[in-house]
Amino acid sequence: MTSFVTAATAVDPTLETFENDIWWIVLIKLVGVFALLLLLTLFTINYERKVVARMAVRPGPNQVGPKGWLQSLTDGLKLPFKEEIIPKTADKVVYFIAPVISATTAFTAFSVMPFGGVVNMFGHQTALQLTDVPVSVLVLLACSSMSVYGVVLAGWASGSTYPLLGGLRSSAQMISYEVAMGLSIVAVFMTAGTMSTSQIVAAQASGDPVQLFGFEVTAPGWYAVQLLPSFIIYMIAAVGETNRAPFDLPEAESELVGGFHTEYSSFKFALFFLAEYINMITVSAFCTTLFLGGWRAPAPITTFWEGANSGYWPLLWFFGKVLILLFGFIWLRATLPRMRYDQFMRFGWKVLIPVSLVWILFLAFFKVARSGAISDTTRWVTTGVVAVLVLAIAWGWPSPKKPKQLSIEEELHQRPPGSFPVPPMDLQVPPSPRVRRAVAERDPVSKEV
Amino acid sequence: MNAVSTGEQVAFWILGSLAVIGALGMVLARNAVHSALWLVVTMLNLGFFYVINSAPFLGFVQIIVYTGAIMMLFLFVLMLVGRDASDSLIETLRGQRIAAIVLGIGFAALIGTGLARALGSTFTVGLDKANANGNVEGLASLLFTKYVFAFEVTSALLITAAVGAMILAHVEKAKEDKRDQVTRMKERFRPGNYPGPKPGPGIYANTMSVAAPARLPDGNGAERSISPILPVRELSQAEAAPKGTEK
Repeated sequence: MTSFVTAATAVDPTLETFENDIWWIVLIKLVGVFALLLLLTLFTINYERKVVARMAVRPGPNQVGPKGWLQSLTDGLKLPFKEEIIPKTADKVVYFIAPVISATTAFTAFSVMPFGGVVNMFGHQTALQLTDVPVSVLVLLACSSMSVYGVVLAGWASGSTYPLLGGLRSSAQMISYEVAMGLSIVAVFMTAGTMSTSQIVAAQASGDPVQLFGFEVTAPGWYAVQLLPSFIIYMIAAVGETNRAPFDLPEAESELVGGFHTEYSSFKFALFFLAEYINMITVSAFCTTLFLGGWRAPAPITTFWEGANSGYWPLLWFFGKVLILLFGFIWLRATLPRMRYDQFMRFGWKVLIPVSLVWILFLAFFKVARSGAISDTTRWVTTGVVAVLVLAIAWGWPSPKKPKQLSIEEELHQRPPGSFPVPPMDLQVPPSPRVRRAVAERDPVSKEV
Repeated sequence: MNAVSTGEQVAFWILGSLAVIGALGMVLARNAVHSALWLVVTMLNLGFFYVINSAPFLGFVQIIVYTGAIMMLFLFVLMLVGRDASDSLIETLRGQRIAAIVLGIGFAALIGTGLARALGSTFTVGLDKANANGNVEGLASLLFTKYVFAFEVTSALLITAAVGAMILAHVEKAKEDKRDQVTRMKERFRPGNYPGPKPGPGIYANTMSVAAPARLPDGNGAERSISPILPVRELSQAEAAPKGTEK
C-alpha cells in the first residue's frame, strides 16, 4: 500500500477507492471541502476587488489586515450582525427557504470535484475528492439546476416588483444557458466515455499519438484543445449560468436595484453573496476538471519533474488553474458592459445551442469514422455528400434583401409632409468665439519661445 | 425475493414519507406557488429513489429535467399570474369535495393492493446483466437501437406541441398599428400636450413618501408628479408615530 506514495507517480482513483473510505476520513474531507470553500470565497472577494481596482487604476481595499487582504473577512463578520428587514408583503416561509437552497446547492456541487489523486491521509489511502459516482457530472448539473430555485423563489417571495423581475429574468437565463452548458459537456462525455469526474481527469492524462506529416506526434490530452468549440461554449455558458458580468441581468444594478436579493438583508443576504461566489468557483473548478486536465500538472512540468502529480502536489496545479479561470471572470467584469436582455437570450438560443448541436453531430461522425466501424468507401461517400449538401445550402440560403442605399437628398425628399425641419446640408458652423479666446490666451507662450 | 438491506429500508421510509407529505402538500396548499414547491419535494424524492435503486442516471436526469426545468417553467408561469391568485374555496358542486376524497383514497387503495399482489413476490431478474457495461451505456444502447423509433416519434411530438403553442400564443402586429417616429412626435407636440418630462414627486423636501406631490410655483401640488397607480391614503396614527429609532 505504501508503495503508492513512494512511487511518486499519479494514482488515479477508481470508484472502489471511494467505497473503501472510512467514515472519519469522509468526515475530514467533508469538513475540509466546507472550510476550503469558505476560505476560497473570502479570498475570491478580495481577489476580485483588488484586480478590478488595479484595472481601474486605483488601490482597492488596502486598510484591513496585511495589504487589505482581511477586508472580506471583516465584511463577512459584519453582515450577520446587521438589522434584518423582512418586507410586510413577503411570503415568510419561502423567503426564508430561498437563501438556504442557494447556499446548500452551491456547497453540494463541490462534493464530486476531484482535487487530486490517491494520497496517504493519516495512514489511509484515499482520493482527494469527497465522493464520486458513475454520473457525477450530472450531480453537478442537478445542483446548478436546483440553485435556480433559490434565485427565483427569492424574487417571488420578496413580494416586491424589482426582485420579481430579477427572479423571472434569472430563471429564463439560467435554464437557457444550462442547455448550452449541458450540450457542451456532451462532447466531453463522448470523448472520455464516462460521466465520472475522476475518470474524465484520468482520460485527459495523455493524448493519443497521431500521424502528422509523417511524424509521430502526441496530441494534447486536454479537452480544451481537443474539443475547442465545446470549451468556448462552456466558458460563455458558465458566465451566463453564474449571473456574472456581462450577463448579470438578474441583478443589474442600473435597472433592478439589486435584482432578486433587493429585499434581503443581514445573514440571508450573506448566504446569497456566498452562493454567488461559490458558484463562480464551482464553474471554474468544473471547467478545470472537464477541459484543463483537472489536477494534473500542465504538459511540460511532468517531463522535468516526475513526481509533479504525486501526493498532495495536485492541489497546487488544481487551484492554480482555478485561480487563472477566476481571473478571467474578473477580467470580463472589469472590461465588458452589460448585454441587452433580448440580445442575450437570442445569443443563447440562436447561436450557442445550434453551434453545439452541429459540433456534436460532426464529432460523432468523426469518432465513428475513426473507429473503423464503417468502411472507407462509406466514409468518403458520406463525407462527400454532406459537404456537397452543406455547400448547396450555404449557396442557396435566401439572403435578406438589402435595402437600396439612398443618398441624403433622396432620404430628405422621401420624408412625409409636415416632418420636422432639418438643417441644410451645406451648413457651415461658425467657430466658437470661446475657442478663439483660448487660443489667444495661449499664444504669448509660443511667442516667447 | 431479493433481501432489502437495512440502509435501503431506512432510506425508503424517510424518502417515502417525504414524498407522500409533498404530494399531500401539493393538493392541500392554497397558494399555487406553494403547491408547485410541494410537488418539487415529491419529485426530488422520486429522483433519490431512482438513485438508491441503482439507477443513478435516471435519478439525476429526473432531478435535472423534471425538478430543474419543467417545474421551473411551471413556477415561471405561476409567478407571472401573480402571487395573490389563490383558488376560491367555495364548492360549486355540492358534496364534490367529499366524493373526491373518497374516490381518491379508493383509487389509491386499489392501485396499491393491485401492485402489491402483482409484484409482491416478483424477483428482480437480470439487473446485473442489464448494467453489465454500466448503467448509462445499457440505457443508451436500448434507446438508440431497439426503441429508437419510439424515441424519435416522441421527440417529434414534443417539438410539434412546442411549435404549435408558440404559433397560438404569438400575436403579429398589423403594419398599420405600428406608429412611426413622425406620428409619435406629432402626438407629443400636439397643442394641449406638455412635451417635457413629468416633474418628480416631492420626495426629500419634507417627506420621504413618493405619494407627496411636487410643489408648483403657487404652492399647489403638481398632479402630474404622482404616479396614477399610487393609492391616495392618509398615514394611520401608528404609522405616523415616531418609531423610537430617532435619538
